[in-house]
Amino acid sequence: MSGATLLKETGPREVFCGLTSIVWLHRRMPDAFFLVVGSRTCAHLIQSAAGVMIFAEPRFGTAILEERDLAGLADAHDELDRVVNNLLERRPEIRTLFLVGSCPSEVIKIDLSRVAEKLNHQLKGKVRVVNYSGSGIETTFTQGEDGALKALVPLMPPSENSQLLLVGTLANAVEDRLITIFKRLGIEKITSFPPRQSTELPSVGPGTKVLLTQPYLTDTARALRDKGAEIIKAPFPLGVEGSRLWIEAAANSFGVDNSLVQTTLEPLIIRARKAIKPYKEILNGKKLFLLPESQLEIPLARFLYMECGMELVEIGTPYLNREMMDPEINLLPENTRIVEGQHVEKQLDRVREKHPDLVVCGMGLANPLEAEGISTKWSIEMVFSPIHGIDQASDLAELFARPLKRHDLLSSKQFAKF
Amino acid sequence: MELTLWTYEGPPHIGAMRIASSMKGVHYVLHAPQGDTYADLLFTMIERRGQRPPVTYTTFQARDLGGDTAELVKGHIREAVDRFHPEALLVGESCTAELIQDQPGSLAKGMGFDIPIVSLELPAYSKKENWGAAETFYQLVRGLLINNQDKVSDHNPQRWKEERRRPKVNLLGPSLLGFRCRDDVLEVQKILGQHGIDVNVVAPLGASPADITRLIKADANVCLYPEIAESTSIWLERNYGLPFTNITPIGIGATQDFLKEIHEILGMELPSPPTEANSSRLPWYSKSVDSNYLTGKRVFIFGDGTHVLAAARIAQEELGFEVVGIGTYSREMARRVRSKAKDLGLEALITNDYLEVEKSIKDSAPELVLGTQMERHSAKRLGVPCAVISTPMHVQDVPARYSPQMGWEGANVIFDDWVHPLMMGLEEHLIGMFRHDFEFTDGHQSHLGHLGGHSQKSETSTTKSSETTIDHQGSDAHIPRWTSDGESELAKIPFFVRGKVRRNTENYARQVGCKEIDSETLFDAKAHFRA
Ligand code: SF4
Ligand code: SF4
Repeated sequence: MSGATLLKETGPREVFCGLTSIVWLHRRMPDAFFLVVGSRTCAHLIQSAAGVMIFAEPRFGTAILEERDLAGLADAHDELDRVVNNLLERRPEIRTLFLVGSCPSEVIKIDLSRVAEKLNHQLKGKVRVVNYSGSGIETTFTQGEDGALKALVPLMPPSENSQLLLVGTLANAVEDRLITIFKRLGIEKITSFPPRQSTELPSVGPGTKVLLTQPYLTDTARALRDKGAEIIKAPFPLGVEGSRLWIEAAANSFGVDNSLVQTTLEPLIIRARKAIKPYKEILNGKKLFLLPESQLEIPLARFLYMECGMELVEIGTPYLNREMMDPEINLLPENTRIVEGQHVEKQLDRVREKHPDLVVCGMGLANPLEAEGISTKWSIEMVFSPIHGIDQASDLAELFARPLKRHDLLSSKQFAKF
Repeated sequence: MELTLWTYEGPPHIGAMRIASSMKGVHYVLHAPQGDTYADLLFTMIERRGQRPPVTYTTFQARDLGGDTAELVKGHIREAVDRFHPEALLVGESCTAELIQDQPGSLAKGMGFDIPIVSLELPAYSKKENWGAAETFYQLVRGLLINNQDKVSDHNPQRWKEERRRPKVNLLGPSLLGFRCRDDVLEVQKILGQHGIDVNVVAPLGASPADITRLIKADANVCLYPEIAESTSIWLERNYGLPFTNITPIGIGATQDFLKEIHEILGMELPSPPTEANSSRLPWYSKSVDSNYLTGKRVFIFGDGTHVLAAARIAQEELGFEVVGIGTYSREMARRVRSKAKDLGLEALITNDYLEVEKSIKDSAPELVLGTQMERHSAKRLGVPCAVISTPMHVQDVPARYSPQMGWEGANVIFDDWVHPLMMGLEEHLIGMFRHDFEFTDGHQSHLGHLGGHSQKSETSTTKSSETTIDHQGSDAHIPRWTSDGESELAKIPFFVRGKVRRNTENYARQVGCKEIDSETLFDAKAHFRA
C-alpha cells in the first residue's frame, strides 16, 4: 500500500457533466441516437464541447423543455413520445435510442424509464430504447459513459462461455491492436463493450472475464458482476507499465503461460520504451498538476511519474473509487497528494503557488492559465485520442511533451517579452 | 418540447455572462449545476480570453437538493464577494436552479453587502442568449442609475454648444462573443472623432459600474447593436431624455446615414460630401472592371438581425449582388428582417432550426452564402462559398488583425471577406481536378483541432504507392512488399499523414533489409523514427 495522501475538497467545481460523454459515444456506435431530455443549456453544452458540427444531422439532440412542459400544460411524457416518434420517422437508420436524463428532467421528475418502457412496447423491437442519466447534479463528465453502458447491460445476451470482455470506449485502431495482442497470447474469444454496432451487444455470464479499459466504469462493472462476470483487477492500460500489468492480469486469469506473455510483450515493451525516451527527456523532473475532470487523472499521473519522471504536485479527481483505483494508487510515490472533489478557486490558488510546469485541465481553464505563463493540456483530449496500450505509450507521452516543447520554443528572450 | 440538434443561441444566462465578462468590476454568481461551467470555454476558447469569466457557479448536486440549498447559495455569494471584491454583483440562476426556486437574488440582497446587487430573472425555458444579454444590460444600467435623481426631463442633446465643449455620446451594445465588437468600437470612435464627437462611455465592453453611472452625462446614445442595447437605449431616453441612433453603421451607405443621424441629433452640420468616405476602398473596388464578375451573384443571408439587415443592403446596393434568401434566428429582430425581405421581394426565414436554413439555401441555389458558422458548414456540404457575417462564430472568426465590420474600414474588410470565398469558388474546379492529392483536401480545424470529429476521408486507391520509385531509382533496388496486414494497419492512419508514414516505413524496411512490411514493421518504423 502506498502512502498517497488522500484529501477531500468541496466548493465550486469546474467540470463537465455526464452529457459530454455523448460526444464520443455517438461516434463509437453509429447506429445509435442520443436524445437528451433537457434544456437549451444542455443542447448548448454538447455542441460547445463537440466544437464541430460536420454532420448534416448529428446522432445526438436535445428535446428542449419549454414553459408549457413545466407548467403542466402539456404532459411531458406524451410530448417526449411525440418527439421520439418524429425523430425515428426521420431517421430510420437508428437502431438504439438512448434517452438521456438531465438536471431539469430529473428535478421535474420525468420518469425516463417509464417512457422507454412504453416506447419499447410500441416499437416492438424495431428500435431499442434505453435510458440513463447524464445530469450534472448526478454525474461528472466520463460518468456519462458509465451510465450509458450500464443501461445496455440488461440487453446483453447470457453466455456461459469463457471469454474476455474489454469494457470502455476505445479508438477502433487501438482496440484492434489490443485484440491482436490477446490473440497472440492464445485468448481466443475477445469481445468489446460498447460494440461498434449498438445491436451487436456482446454476451455476458459466468465465463466472462471483464477487463476495464477506462477507469470511470464503476456502475457498469458492478452490473456486469451481477450478471456473473468476473472483473479483473489491474491498473489501466495507459503507458507501457500500466498496459503491461493490465495485459498480464488478463493473461493470468486465463492461465496463459507466463513465458509466452513475456516473449510476446518483451519486444513491444523494448520498442515502446525506446520511443518514449525523447519525450521523457523533455518531461523528466517537470512538475505536474492535474485538475479534476475526466477521472483519468490518477492513471495518467502514474504513467507520467513512473515512465516519464514527472514530479506530481497534485492529482485532482472528481470522485475516488478506492476499489477501482487501488492498483493505480499503489504505484504512486509516497505522499502523493490526491484531492477528491474541488474548490476551483482554492485549487487555482495552489496552482499559482506551486507554479507547476504543466497543468492538465478543462477547456475553460486552459487559456487563462496559459496567460499566466503556465503550460496546459486539455483533459478532454485524453478521451478523444488513441492513447491506450503499449504501442501508444509514446504518443501519450508526446501529448504532454508538446506543450512544454512549445513553451520552450516560444521563450526566446525577445518573444517572451510580449 | 422541441427537438433541437443544434442551437444558434445559448440560454439567457449565457447572455448575462457576456455582459458580466465584458465589464470590469462586475461579478456574477450563477446558481447552476457543475456542467453549466462549460460556458467558460466560450470565452476562453472562442474569444481566446486570457481571463476566466467573472462567474461563480454554485454547482449544487443532487444530494444538496434535499437539504438547504439557500444556505449553499449564500455561502458562494459570500465567498465570491470576499474573494473578488466586485463593485457590483449580478445574481441569477440557470435553467435547473430556476426550477428549485431558491431566489438567489433576494438572498443576496438580504446579506447586508454595501455594493449594488442586481437580481436577474431570465426565464430559461422561453428566452435565449441575446435576450438575456439585453435584459442583463438593462437591469444593470437601471440598477446602477436608479438612485440617481438627475432625471433630466429637459435634456437637450445640443447643450454642448452652450457649454462650449465638444459633443459626447455613449457607444452602447458591444460585448464579448459579439461579432467583431472590439474593432467596431475602435472604428466608430475614430470616425466620430474625425467629426468632432467624443465618446463618453463604451458599454458594456470595458465599462465599470462607475462608468455606467456616468452614462447620463452624454448628449446622446449610439445604439451599435440593437439586440443588446435597444432596451437600455429606450429606457435611457425615457428616463433621462437621451436620444439614440437607430442606424447601424455597417456598409458605406449605412455609415453615411448613421453620420447624418448623429449629426442631426446633436445639431451639427454634416460636411458634404463626407470626404472620409474616400478612405474606404469598397466603392472603387466594387466599380473597378475586374469586379464585373460579381454582378448579379446570388447571395443567401442568414444570421442575427443587425448583421443580416446590414448585409442585405451592402449586397444589393454596394456590390451589385442579387439577394435570393434572407432570414434571422433573432425573434426580437424578426419584424425588421421581414420588412427588409418584403422590400427585396422575398419572404424572410425566421427560425432557430439550421436544417430549415440549409434547406432554404439549397432551394434558392445561391452562389454565395453569408451566415453564421453553421451556414459555413451547410454551405460547405452544399459546395457553395460562404463568408461568416454574424455570431454564433468560431475561433477563426475572431481574427488577430484589426477587422471591424463598421465604418469605412469595416467596408474594406467586408469587401475582402465576401469576395475572397467567391474567388476561391472559381478555383474549385482546379481543386476538383487535384482532389486525389491530399494536399488539396481542404478541411479546417476547429478549436478542438483534430479532436473535434472531422470526418477522415478515406484515401482513394490512386494515391497508393508511386512515391517509392522516384527517389530511389535503381540505387537501392528492392521495393518492400506490403502484406495485407501491413496495408490494413496503414489504412488506420489518418489520410493526411499516411503518405509520409508509408514512405518512412518503406525506407526503414529497406534499411533493415526486410522484404515484407506487416503491421509489426510499421510499428518498428514508427518507433525508429521517433527515437
Ligand atoms: S449540468 Fe445539467 S443542466 Fe447543465 S448541461 Fe449538464 S445536464 Fe444540462
Ligand atoms: S469547421 Fe470547425 S472551426 Fe470551422 S466553423 Fe466548423 S466547427 Fe468551427
